[in-house]
Amino acid sequence: MSAAAPAAALPRPPAAGLRATQAGASRRGMLRLLLSLAAALLCLPGSLTAHAAESGRTPLPAIEIANPGQCVEPKDVIRRDHMKFLRHQRDLTMHEGIRTKKYSLNECVSCHASKKTGSVLGEGGFCQNCHDYAAVRPDCWDCHQPRVQPAAKGRADAATADLLQAMQRGRGGAETKP
Amino acid sequence: MSEPIEPTRRAGDEAQAETGGNRAAPLHSRRDFIAATAAAVAGLGLAPGIRLVEVAAAKPDDEPASAKVRWGMLIDTTRCQTGCDACVSACNKENHLGETRNPRTDAQWIRKIDLTEEQTGQSLSLPMLCQHCDNAPCVDVCPTGASFKRADGIVLVDRHICIGCRYCMMACPYKARSFVHEPHEDQNPLVPRGQGTVESCTLCVHRLDRGGTPACVEACAGEGHHAMLFGDLNDPQSAIARRLREVKSTEVRADLKLGTAIRYEGL
Repeated sequence: MSAAAPAAALPRPPAAGLRATQAGASRRGMLRLLLSLAAALLCLPGSLTAHAAESGRTPLPAIEIANPGQCVEPKDVIRRDHMKFLRHQRDLTMHEGIRTKKYSLNECVSCHASKKTGSVLGEGGFCQNCHDYAAVRPDCWDCHQPRVQPAAKGRADAATADLLQAMQRGRGGAETKP
Repeated sequence: MSEPIEPTRRAGDEAQAETGGNRAAPLHSRRDFIAATAAAVAGLGLAPGIRLVEVAAAKPDDEPASAKVRWGMLIDTTRCQTGCDACVSACNKENHLGETRNPRTDAQWIRKIDLTEEQTGQSLSLPMLCQHCDNAPCVDVCPTGASFKRADGIVLVDRHICIGCRYCMMACPYKARSFVHEPHEDQNPLVPRGQGTVESCTLCVHRLDRGGTPACVEACAGEGHHAMLFGDLNDPQSAIARRLREVKSTEVRADLKLGTAIRYEGL
């Protein structure tokens, strides 16, 4: 015990000194960080206006809307968050069978497909145009149909109702006899 | 009702007990019960056929699939014709399968199987498709949760999260799943499908959600064979539930106790 006590006491002063320097350094570092942040904030409006002025240098995507009208969300919202809406909708549809049209990808296509090509992809295609500009490759179209189809298949129609009734008649006779 | 293995019988029994309790003379058999119920329905001014259409009516778009429903199919092998593949071609047409014209790798959601009894030479033909098991092995083994069972019992692959590992294909005792090897372009907008994922029969869920029936069932009826009876197993009044109560039907590989939604008659 008596031998261990001075040994343990020895490293204490340097450690305390180190702590003091660290604290000083971090305080200075924090100050520097705050200053640079403030500088960055001050520069931000300037840089934004500079980009806007330079927009002529970069070819902006030419957004052509085949069926002009009101989108399901305001323009700034849908531009920023369309992927979130689509992702939310895809889970609802896939797992719960909710098939509302508002954020349905097929509904996007029906409004936004080019009148010339019938697709949202390709030269001047609504989706491809912007995503090329933003250097984003959406993988929606690996599986989903990017072209407008004349009539969505698989809807319930009179033929289905007839079939159900025929099924009932054909198999029901033998079953319901007392 | 929560256990869909033999839901129809259970539901019928409960209803029978209730009805029996309210009446002076208790009902003695299922047939009595069916007749009584049919009479009750007729008393309300509805023909049984109309009731069936009502059951199959489209759910509203904003309503989730209900666990009260359990879609199922009864396949009558005595009516299924050897050499007829109307169900297969209807499925391919509806879901845009077989586009690459490469039968070695093309996806196959439903296929015809011909069986012959070796001793007697008696042969029969039947369609084999995803059996939409209650305890689906594909759902058990999926490492990402892409294979899942919807509330109404339809087993599906969420291809947004499928990584194409094909464990589910190995786990499926019915060989019902396919891997998509080649890129696709001509999808049905309501049936998205693409390279690198696993897929199988969806019971034409896009049609069901809008009040339709699977394309194969429609095609079989269109051929006049009526070998496929489709409906809600949980509804004791549905044609399929009544038929299942009446005739002997089996699951394929019943020993695995998977609780399939597709049952076979005359097998």
